[in-house]
Amino acid sequence: MANWLRISSRTVANHIKKRMNKGFMGGAVHVNQSSGLWWGLNRGGPVSDRNGRHIDPLAWNRATFLCVQRFKSTLAEKQHDSFLSSDSDDDNQSVDFPGGKVSYTSEMSFISESSQTRVPCYRVLDDDGDLISDCDFQQVRKEVAVKMYSNMVTLQIMDNIFYEAQRQGRISFYLTSAGEEAISIASAAALSEQDIILPQYREPGVLLWRGFTLQEFADQCFGNKADYGKGRQMPIHYGSKKHNFFTISSPIATQLPQAAGIAYSLKMDNKEACVVSYIGDGGTSEGDFHAGLNFAAVMEAPVIFFCRNNGWAISTNVSEQFRSDGIVVKGRAYGIRSIRVDGNDALAVYSAVSAAREMAINEQRPILIEALTYRVGHHSTSDDSTKYRQLDEIVYWKKARNPVNRFRNWVQNIGWWSEQQETQLRNSVRKQLLEAIQVAEKTEKPPLSELFTDVYDHPPSNLEEQEKHLRETVTRHPKDYPSDISV
Amino acid sequence: MLAIARQRMLGQSFKKILPAVSVLRSYSSAAKQITVREALNSALDEEMSADPKVFLMGEEVGEYQGAYKITKGLLEKYGPERVLDTPITEAGFTGIGVGAAYYGLKPVVEFMTFNFSMQAIDHIINSAAKSNYMSAGQISVPIVFRGPNGAAAGVGAQHSQCYAAWYASCPGLKVLSPYNSEDARGLLKAAIRDPDPVVFLENELLYGESFPVSDEVLDSSFCLPIGKAKIEREGKDVTITAFSKMVGYALKAAEMLERDGIYAEVINLRSIRPLDRSTINTSVRKTNRLITVEEGFPQHGVGAEICASVVEESFSYLDAPVERIAGADVPMPYAANLERMAVPQVEDIVRAAKRACYRSVPLAATA
Repeated sequence: MANWLRISSRTVANHIKKRMNKGFMGGAVHVNQSSGLWWGLNRGGPVSDRNGRHIDPLAWNRATFLCVQRFKSTLAEKQHDSFLSSDSDDDNQSVDFPGGKVSYTSEMSFISESSQTRVPCYRVLDDDGDLISDCDFQQVRKEVAVKMYSNMVTLQIMDNIFYEAQRQGRISFYLTSAGEEAISIASAAALSEQDIILPQYREPGVLLWRGFTLQEFADQCFGNKADYGKGRQMPIHYGSKKHNFFTISSPIATQLPQAAGIAYSLKMDNKEACVVSYIGDGGTSEGDFHAGLNFAAVMEAPVIFFCRNNGWAISTNVSEQFRSDGIVVKGRAYGIRSIRVDGNDALAVYSAVSAAREMAINEQRPILIEALTYRVGHHSTSDDSTKYRQLDEIVYWKKARNPVNRFRNWVQNIGWWSEQQETQLRNSVRKQLLEAIQVAEKTEKPPLSELFTDVYDHPPSNLEEQEKHLRETVTRHPKDYPSDISV
Repeated sequence: MLAIARQRMLGQSFKKILPAVSVLRSYSSAAKQITVREALNSALDEEMSADPKVFLMGEEVGEYQGAYKITKGLLEKYGPERVLDTPITEAGFTGIGVGAAYYGLKPVVEFMTFNFSMQAIDHIINSAAKSNYMSAGQISVPIVFRGPNGAAAGVGAQHSQCYAAWYASCPGLKVLSPYNSEDARGLLKAAIRDPDPVVFLENELLYGESFPVSDEVLDSSFCLPIGKAKIEREGKDVTITAFSKMVGYALKAAEMLERDGIYAEVINLRSIRPLDRSTINTSVRKTNRLITVEEGFPQHGVGAEICASVVEESFSYLDAPVERIAGADVPMPYAANLERMAVPQVEDIVRAAKRACYRSVPLAATA
């Protein structure tokens, strides 16, 4: 009898180019190439931006990099989930409840647990790294593009070499960003130095972009006296106040409500900056995800929640993590503007983050970005992912869907990069890394005095006593202690 | 600070003047009495007024004037940007408060009771307490977590636990527990001004109690040092340590003991971490006997730590085994008669003191 699900299929047909592809983990996702963030609008007719200015559709259609279209990204997409009342001829009267007026209907219908089609994913480069025609994107200057590409290569090499160092027993632990290079580098490139970063743990690329040197990375991994963390933390738990990169903390998702708190503080201070906090697909199951997003929306805080949906949380596949259409659909549940982006497309990530930053700061609101990608590496050096996933799946993503190669094609095709530069860069980075590791390995470990500092703002008397006793004991019984404890 | 120096001087002069028989808790010359609630409210008000970075957050702290009315009038005075009513998520708002503190603000986060802080304990320990150390000094967390702690009356197991021992075992945190109005004002102000994360354990039943306060205590610059216990009552025969509500019980016990010729020295710990081991040990070296009193569970409690400290530093001064008075080792029952049996009473303290002074049959060792 009743047509429970009333979807306006016109809207769907007009605005989605159905292109069945291998898709991201979790199933096929329609790639929306044509209208990017505009997919809710009419195609073909006169087009205006959010200020009502008419835009020449011809100019808009030229898809070369010369055609710069600044994002008019503030138009929220118009969802086609008009399940309740769009085509109905029910009463237009509304009812008052706490929370506002809501119209009522005498027809009982449940909102479907999922939309007929998944939220499309925004991309600008195709799988081969060619710019898609008719796309919206934020133009990138040559210096920025070259820096982005070199950083992606550096990150890749750094990951390989540190991973090997762990395997050789030279460091105790490591965690790679393999497959997610575009996410950390491109998102960092779209931000300013004043934007505050609260990472999860798979975003060292952001720190790399901001100028953390290979030596500084190595020093932290070796926990030597040059480490800014004074040897207090496991490898990869980088932190740098001067780079506005908060020290990585192991418990998952705790950074999300913290990000809302920091964003609230920025808001109170009226700063022209936002907070960017990263989380994985698995982390969104934590209670803190709910609290962080909900609060940020209520407090109208300028924070970008960037979810790296790479399909795996150690061995837990996304199909076992949630039943929703990924993370992007959760944004609306909190009243947060959201977008799904191809995380392996550096230009798309760059454009989306640029637009999100503008909205977050100018409109003082949180934004949710879900970047679809694939975790090529194991979760960490403590994991062997071939135990729970197919080797050929890993190889496919590593070879055919590699974000570094894809961006390389684009930079090379424009003529901003060459084979020669590639070889030079790779050799040079490799050499620098090996040197950095050698230096880090030889550098002394932190002195004994650093065992007791920073517990409190000022060392309390009991710790001063303990330090004194410890020094006396080590001096009196040097044979009982390793030789590298500098008293 | 001038206020603290004057406080010490006053303290010393009182030690000489104070008669052994002291029925009233009249430690000051002024007659003004304020409740602990008023003391906390005025401390928050003054600190918010002095430093624009200080702000409050918690459930019901704003419009409702505070679940226990501690934050009464503050929303009206400072506005919704400084007094935030939070949604019901301890983990959420604690995380947010910690984030704000990372950035440089000074949040005072209220837990409706510290029982609910367990839902946020990861943020308190891993995000707040350890951050300065793990970041090697780059991230400081000037946050205060406050709220009622320990048993109230007839609220059952999930609303009655004492968290002093849990939080005080964690390096990186400071843990304070006031008893009277002077403590409440001075310690809360000190906590808010302190750059480290502070857990501030109040007591619901004390909120409505009035205590006399001097003009100095009422001054807005008043502050008590963190890590210093106070000798509430001097004595020579047995030392009784207590904090929060149990200080009142210990003082009553001391009065009763005096009638039997036992002069107990009552120490109000004020600060659980850092523990004022020197005041405690100095007192035990004088009296040679020690009773520790707390409301919380006995195993791994505050009394266990004090006993260990005294055994380590003043063993040869002890004339009797140290005795711990603590709550019963059961989740708090609800029925009034059972609840009374599960929490220390004044008589328990009196009997323990007499045992320590060999004035009754010693208890057989318990399992």
